[in-house]
Amino acid sequence: MSDPTKLSIDQLKDTAKAIRRLIIKITTEAGSGHPTSSLSAVEVVTALYFGGFLRHHKENPRHPKRDRFILSKGHAVPVLYSALCQAGYYTFEQIMTLRKLGSPFEGHPNMKRLDTMEASTGSLGQGLSLGIGHALACRLDGYDAHTYVMMGDGEMDEGQVWEAIATAEKYKLANLTAIVDQNGYQQTGATKDVLDLKPFAAKFEAFGWHTQVIEGNSMEAVVDGLAKAKAVTDRPTAIISQTKKGFGILPVIEPTGDLNYHGKPLSKELAEKALALLQ
Amino acid sequence: MSIGEAAGLKLGKAVRDAFGTALKDLGNEFPNLVTVDGDVGNSTRTEVFAKAFPTRGFNVGIAESNMVSIAGGLAAAGKIPVVSSFAAFLLCNAFDQIRMSIAYPGMNVKLVGSHAGISIGEDGASQMGIEDVGLACSMPGMTVVVPADAMSAKKATRAMVEHVGPVYLRCGRIEVPEIYTEETPFVIGKANTLRDGNDVTIIANGLMVGMALDAAAILSKSGVNVRVIDMHTVKPLDEEAIVKAAKETGRMVVTEEHLMAGGLGSAVATVVARTKPVPIEFVNVGDCYAESGDPMGLLQKYGLTTEAIIAAVNKVRSR
Repeated sequence: MSDPTKLSIDQLKDTAKAIRRLIIKITTEAGSGHPTSSLSAVEVVTALYFGGFLRHHKENPRHPKRDRFILSKGHAVPVLYSALCQAGYYTFEQIMTLRKLGSPFEGHPNMKRLDTMEASTGSLGQGLSLGIGHALACRLDGYDAHTYVMMGDGEMDEGQVWEAIATAEKYKLANLTAIVDQNGYQQTGATKDVLDLKPFAAKFEAFGWHTQVIEGNSMEAVVDGLAKAKAVTDRPTAIISQTKKGFGILPVIEPTGDLNYHGKPLSKELAEKALALLQ
Repeated sequence: MSIGEAAGLKLGKAVRDAFGTALKDLGNEFPNLVTVDGDVGNSTRTEVFAKAFPTRGFNVGIAESNMVSIAGGLAAAGKIPVVSSFAAFLLCNAFDQIRMSIAYPGMNVKLVGSHAGISIGEDGASQMGIEDVGLACSMPGMTVVVPADAMSAKKATRAMVEHVGPVYLRCGRIEVPEIYTEETPFVIGKANTLRDGNDVTIIANGLMVGMALDAAAILSKSGVNVRVIDMHTVKPLDEEAIVKAAKETGRMVVTEEHLMAGGLGSAVATVVARTKPVPIEFVNVGDCYAESGDPMGLLQKYGLTTEAIIAAVNKVRSR
């Protein structure tokens, strides 16, 4: 495995902007999708792929010794397609086929059609368990590979997530990091109104995990948090990444009066405004 | 009279016991084989493997959803996970996880459901997997195997591990008659004709194969020549064997320890309707939940008996 790409903080911020622009472009072109759920996760995904964390392999994406990134909140897959495009896996033209008939860039990740997808997700709650499977297998094989799983805060409503949290601790999976993209919203409203599970950190800690709460839209905080997670060697790590849904284009979202802006693309007009903000 | 007695068969081990031993025996040959259990490994018999290969057996607690997705992750990383629970809990509790973590991505996971059917006995309906075959068959790409006895279970276990792709193996709890020998072939998707005859065909799997052979032995005394087919693989179904039987015997009885909906009977009827329509009668659990009781008493009460099969044969011959 080659060393992972490691950009400076300034370069990472530029890359994050480029990824945000791609997210807006491809979801507006698709005419559907979840741009705001993708935007909240940009710093974490950018830092993983470009901040020296994820050892991936362009020629052999399923290299057994690779680090894994499982996007359990599969509806945010535009962030992943955009990051992979930025990393040179796919062209802009390819990811512009998002959600179109015949395109492998489906509305939710499909690992059967894209070897860069670590899991087929979209039914929430399963990614952390899948990550445990990867982490156990890597340990059995003696591979120093790390598995990162990103979940949504709404996704934490799923009981399976808590089954997985208990299991990861049982097996002391230090090669597993769970990232909760806590953007505060789920489909029908604020997570605190739909089903208030806070505080996440105390819950993970009670299950025996190493836990951090970070400002998830601050590149410095994300890079620092991921580095600290990697340094933990005796148990799994949780990063509660406090973010804003639609971060990066909030001045465009806020005037619409819909702070959640869930599961809908920007109109062409709004997309232009958003792209202007992201220059 | 016990199952298999009329056909001159002697009682053997339970399918789940044969599976557990067979799995352990494959452990050295397949170093990527691992087990994932939901705290019933001593019931499903995967504990035989996990005790022999302790680093390769994972008990994740009473959490079937998590268990199944973990197996999906292990398979994505190159392992051959055998994930087991009671058939009812595995298929019903973790159906979405089987769908999303295994079937949709086509993961090489082996699902083993024990305590299938109503013959599990006293524990009652909550523990009886009677929908499992239908649920498993509904998923694209899933292979579904229902062995009839200990020897075929042993062979099915190897075939399942060698097969690349998701497989559901259904195991019963109680001891069943010995039907297969070391020499009987077992190929996934290829039915075995256990007894030849041209008057009527009984297609059976699992526990009902022994009763089908009993029925055929009894009917032969009154001059009725019954063909008995062990349809151990419900998906992919051996259409050739079904069409041949429809053409050559003209009448069929399909019997299984499962609900009518979604089981072997439905699958066979679909093939027959499309290829060579002939009258079919069905002997199965029908459309109800059973109850607590002794296994033989339950089979009697819910109409899964040699007598019921004979009656179905007579009925289908009169149509």
